[in-house]
Amino acid sequence: MKSWRKNDFSKKTLLITQSTQPYLSLRAVKTKPQSMANSSLPPAILLLEDGTVYRGKAAGKIGTTTGEICFNTGMTGYQEIFTDPSYFGQILVMTNAHIGNYGAKKEEVESNSLKIAGLVCKNFTVPYHRPQATQNIQEYFEEGGMVGISDVDTRAIVRHIRDKGAMNAIISSEELDVEVLKKRLAEAPSMKGLELASKVSTKESYTYGQPDAKYKVAVLDYGVKENILRSFAQRDCFMKVFPAKTSMEELATFKADGYFLSNGPGDPAPMEYATQTAKAILAAEKPLFGICLGHQILAQALDIPTYKMHNGHRGINHPVKNLVTGKSEITSQNHGFGVSPAAIKANADKVEITHVNLNDDTIEGIRVIGKPAFSVQYHPESNPGPHDARYLFDQFVALMADS
Amino acid sequence: MPKDQSIRSVLIIGSGPIIIGQACEFDYSGTQASRSLREEGIEVTLINSNPATIMTDPVTADHIHLLPLTVESLEHILRERQIDAVLPTMGGQTALNLAIEAGKVGLWEKYNVKLIGVDLEAIELAENREAFRQHMIDIGLGVAPSFIANSFLEGKEAAQKIGYPLVIRPSYTLGGTGGGFVHTADEFDAKLRHGLNMSPTHEVLVEKAVLGWKEFELELLRDAADNVVIICTVENLDPMGIHTGDSITVAPAMTLSDTAYQEMRDQAIQAMRSLGNFAGGCNIQFSQNPETEELIVIEINPRVSRSSALASKATGYPIAKIAAKLALGYTLDELKNQITKTTSAYFEPTLDYVIVKMPRWNFAKFPGADHELGLQMKSVGEVMGIGRNFLEALQKACQSLEQGRAGLGADKKEWIRTEDILTRLEKVSDDRIFRLKDAMRLGVPSKTIHKLTKIDPWFLQQIKRLVEMEERLMRFNVAEDIPESFMRELKEVGYSDAQIAWVLRVGEEQVTRHRKTLDVRRTYKMVDTCAAEFEAQTPYFYSTFDGENESIPSDKKKIIVLGSGPNRIGQGIEFDYCCVHGLMAIKEAGYEAIMVNCNPETVSTDFDVADKLYFEPVYWEHLEEIIELEEPEGVIVQLGGQTALKLAETLHKKGIKIIGTDYTSMDLAEDRGAFSDLLKELEIPYPDYGVADDADQALEVANEVGYPVLVRPSYVLGGQDMRIVINDEELERHVLHIFKHMPDNRVLVDHFLDRAKEAEVDAICDGDEVHVMGIMEHIEPAGVHSGDSAAVLPTYSLSVEVVNKMVEITEQLAKALNTRGLINIQFAIKDEKVYVIEANPRASRTTPFIAKAYQVPYLKIATEVMMGVKKLKDYHIHARPSGFAIKVPVFSFDKFPNVDKQLGPEMKSTGEAIHFIKDLTDPFFRELDRQRYMYLTR
Repeated sequence: MKSWRKNDFSKKTLLITQSTQPYLSLRAVKTKPQSMANSSLPPAILLLEDGTVYRGKAAGKIGTTTGEICFNTGMTGYQEIFTDPSYFGQILVMTNAHIGNYGAKKEEVESNSLKIAGLVCKNFTVPYHRPQATQNIQEYFEEGGMVGISDVDTRAIVRHIRDKGAMNAIISSEELDVEVLKKRLAEAPSMKGLELASKVSTKESYTYGQPDAKYKVAVLDYGVKENILRSFAQRDCFMKVFPAKTSMEELATFKADGYFLSNGPGDPAPMEYATQTAKAILAAEKPLFGICLGHQILAQALDIPTYKMHNGHRGINHPVKNLVTGKSEITSQNHGFGVSPAAIKANADKVEITHVNLNDDTIEGIRVIGKPAFSVQYHPESNPGPHDARYLFDQFVALMADS
Repeated sequence: MPKDQSIRSVLIIGSGPIIIGQACEFDYSGTQASRSLREEGIEVTLINSNPATIMTDPVTADHIHLLPLTVESLEHILRERQIDAVLPTMGGQTALNLAIEAGKVGLWEKYNVKLIGVDLEAIELAENREAFRQHMIDIGLGVAPSFIANSFLEGKEAAQKIGYPLVIRPSYTLGGTGGGFVHTADEFDAKLRHGLNMSPTHEVLVEKAVLGWKEFELELLRDAADNVVIICTVENLDPMGIHTGDSITVAPAMTLSDTAYQEMRDQAIQAMRSLGNFAGGCNIQFSQNPETEELIVIEINPRVSRSSALASKATGYPIAKIAAKLALGYTLDELKNQITKTTSAYFEPTLDYVIVKMPRWNFAKFPGADHELGLQMKSVGEVMGIGRNFLEALQKACQSLEQGRAGLGADKKEWIRTEDILTRLEKVSDDRIFRLKDAMRLGVPSKTIHKLTKIDPWFLQQIKRLVEMEERLMRFNVAEDIPESFMRELKEVGYSDAQIAWVLRVGEEQVTRHRKTLDVRRTYKMVDTCAAEFEAQTPYFYSTFDGENESIPSDKKKIIVLGSGPNRIGQGIEFDYCCVHGLMAIKEAGYEAIMVNCNPETVSTDFDVADKLYFEPVYWEHLEEIIELEEPEGVIVQLGGQTALKLAETLHKKGIKIIGTDYTSMDLAEDRGAFSDLLKELEIPYPDYGVADDADQALEVANEVGYPVLVRPSYVLGGQDMRIVINDEELERHVLHIFKHMPDNRVLVDHFLDRAKEAEVDAICDGDEVHVMGIMEHIEPAGVHSGDSAAVLPTYSLSVEVVNKMVEITEQLAKALNTRGLINIQFAIKDEKVYVIEANPRASRTTPFIAKAYQVPYLKIATEVMMGVKKLKDYHIHARPSGFAIKVPVFSFDKFPNVDKQLGPEMKSTGEAIHFIKDLTDPFFRELDRQRYMYLTR
């Protein structure tokens, strides 16, 4: 893993700067466009933290946005990805050649709004066809205030950040002066050390599912994807979804059969509040399940640190082997941080590795020895992605049934 | 699970001669499987009767048996060798059927041979339509309502219950043979009868037709631990109603949301897991209701299929190679991704480009054939275009087809009569995609087009974009007015310079020059299975117009080999064999071997055969930029059939070196007048002939040379439009027919040597010396195309004098034509006199046959001679003839029930088999010989 550039912005909140200014001018662009599709579309710029510039066309709303750039290799499910709260603060490069072909459908979302910081794609395909969809991608982005850039060499960008590692970036379709953009980009905080979960978490607790369901699950919302809630509800669970910073005392009033630590954006390291809650749940010997950020929180509660990955895993084709059953599963993933394998091995008396990534041997799942608690780094609820790992929800329900 | 150590020796069954529906993609899978098994230290034995395959070459397997695909042949092999297991899933339906047959007579048990990679019960289940249907219902998956019928009466009852439109699908047939749609009651009786007759079990399924539903195909791999991955999802642009082999297909799926796709993925995995417990590949076809997204399962092939080859080329994931390892007991998580070499083979490839596969038809070869597409596959080959968007891939596929199209329309071949076009949209034939664009150009609303074609509106919207761009382009007067941004936009959606030139009515050269001035050039991207997430090691590239070029030329000396484009009648798998050997020889000689081709079925486009692969149309504009980037020592054109040879002139004009025989000599051989002058000068006899520019001249020539005459257009492939006519009336009709279809062409009129014998010689010449590889004598008399006649190697009835004369002429001609490399000469022999019919200074269809029969690596020798790294005197060539080798042509007439099966000067066979006999008393030969005059009534 390459060292991550230290900077002074780690304490600042990430600025999602999507200006509402209309498209103003074509001034001062003398460089020739690298690529373009429809000459009638306004130009846009993508500037990376290391100074690399890509010129393309505006996609979505005219404006400016900053975030950490990362790429997702999934070929389906753009709408679910764009609304996944775990992507909060990320400028997302979609590697699939076309984005937008089947339009936007109201129900196929993972939260109530677009969560990515910005989109980078090759072909922003506005004409769509799907009888069940109601909007094209341009309308959908404009309505959601989303800024993007298309007609750039996404493959070159992926190759660049694959080698150079994750970094901040800025997209603008209103300001085309690279020097001005550089200044604005410098103000953006680094993802490392950035606590974002409380930003996307619900402000008030709410319930989900049928109140007379067999099991009660307390969900800690760090940016929970709706399909996690749906998956529990399908398994006869009634949920109360709590804000990220809810204390154990408050959680306990719900008298849950099990606790769930949700997925979410940002660095888990500064989330001391969540780690303490997880410790309290473990101490209570209650069934506990964590996904993605929730998995990292569980690890931290076991004194296993997390680290920032060079590139992270984002896509719907990641191979994971279940070491308990010997079977493998294709998983949906979205994480830029991982849990330390060395620390897990050093704590072999407390925690056991249950799942590993077959591509790079990173930790994908753990189980707490002697306690009804487990977690996975990937997304068994998928959406988008394969349904291979849905059995984990059953596993959690079985734990609640046992206790 | 590690590999099964009890397996040390494996038998792979090939798919036999090429027929429609089962082509050289099975040579690709068999070859990959064999190489994959040998990597594991397994001794591989191969059986196939098709001599033109790479799989039956000593470079591929340890033991090769060029034997008929029969139980007797299998037993012969099993008696001779210790075989631990048989892998029957690589040779299509043919290999599976043979394995099943052998199983039924207890052969595998008798010799203690394990069947690997297959579950015979699963095959049975997938093939038996009624059992399959019931099985799908049992596991809760959707199927179209249907009834099975074993009799005419049962069929009629079924139709009454289901209503029209409906489908008739015969059980146990290949490529949809005998099946078809029935739109109205009055068509039903005839189609039912045909279907029942085609099925070996006299059984058909009468099924409700879900016409207009969308069609998708998934390629799956499963291992012994029941892990399943989806390698590729392919969307058919042509909706339900057209055989997937005849459909334009696109990957990845363009119009599937994640919810719709995951539903399909779940069902596919469920279906595969429910079908026995074999480790290997599987193909599942779904149909989706576009309104409700409801799915029904169409069919499952629990084996490596035709589409596996396409999926492998589309994703970079070598399905057959991995499937072979899975058959040995490995699990996917134990294997590495062959492309990245560092990540796991257990994953699902992701694409950052689009591929479009287009079928290639050859209806011109089958006069009287029903050109309408339907349930039965009729195409003979396919091409694949790769691009960074759908339109680019589509237009590249059009350029790859070699039907004189410069892209999707805008190339002077558009139709302009709306009525004609609309008819063609509804009655689907080989040109629908072109007609669709023509219709849009004439302003036919997309809604109407959708109503007629049921093609998903997304594809129509995309194609509409081309029409709009052409309208914008028309506003420019000259190429030089096109600004860079617009030029780039045009090129990004796949327009060739020729199309832009046609729209502007300017010369192509002008467009190319202006484009290069603007620095709008191709860049090359890698096919790497993972959308660049991981670094890949394989040099498999396609061109596009994007920012970064990933194909960095090495500083090694390089040679480019041009492939032969899509398979078609007269030019098929033989040239793939030649290219593979050429590439190997180039590598061995220390050069970097670069392959250019666009045919996904071939071995030569496998990612690790050449040093570098450009999966590109064999089309000048594409080739030129590859040459400009790579700066090779030269280009080899003699291994890729007529396709590659056609580019020789342009290469020559541009001053690019042709490795081997140069362009002037090739042109001399092709130019009938100049060639005849040469023959005259060398005092070599040839049939009297003449060249005509119109029907009047043709009549004059015919009467001069005397009837019967052989009439044909010059510069065509496989004897296209070649006829023997016996009087003025017939001649006139045929000449007018030729000029109608090829207005700019000339017509050759040869005196036809009635009842002559025919023979052909293949030879290698290094400039000084000539080596005759072999002489094949045709069993049928002159008048039958050499590709369609049975032939015997060596000659069996010609006199020593005649044979000597042919050898003498070959030496004379090869030297006179300045041949460097291969040459094939066709002779006619009448009354002991030897006439030269034609000479082709390139690899011929028979080159692989002779190499196999004599067990001499002739293609390697020829390539080394072409490169000039060796002379013929450096070799000690020991041909090992044993008795006679007979080439037996194989036809696919069952796909065209109404076609005249009579043979003539126009080639119609799709494949060939080799048959060895000890001597001429062999009953197989005697039967062929007895029938030699029956070709007209075959």
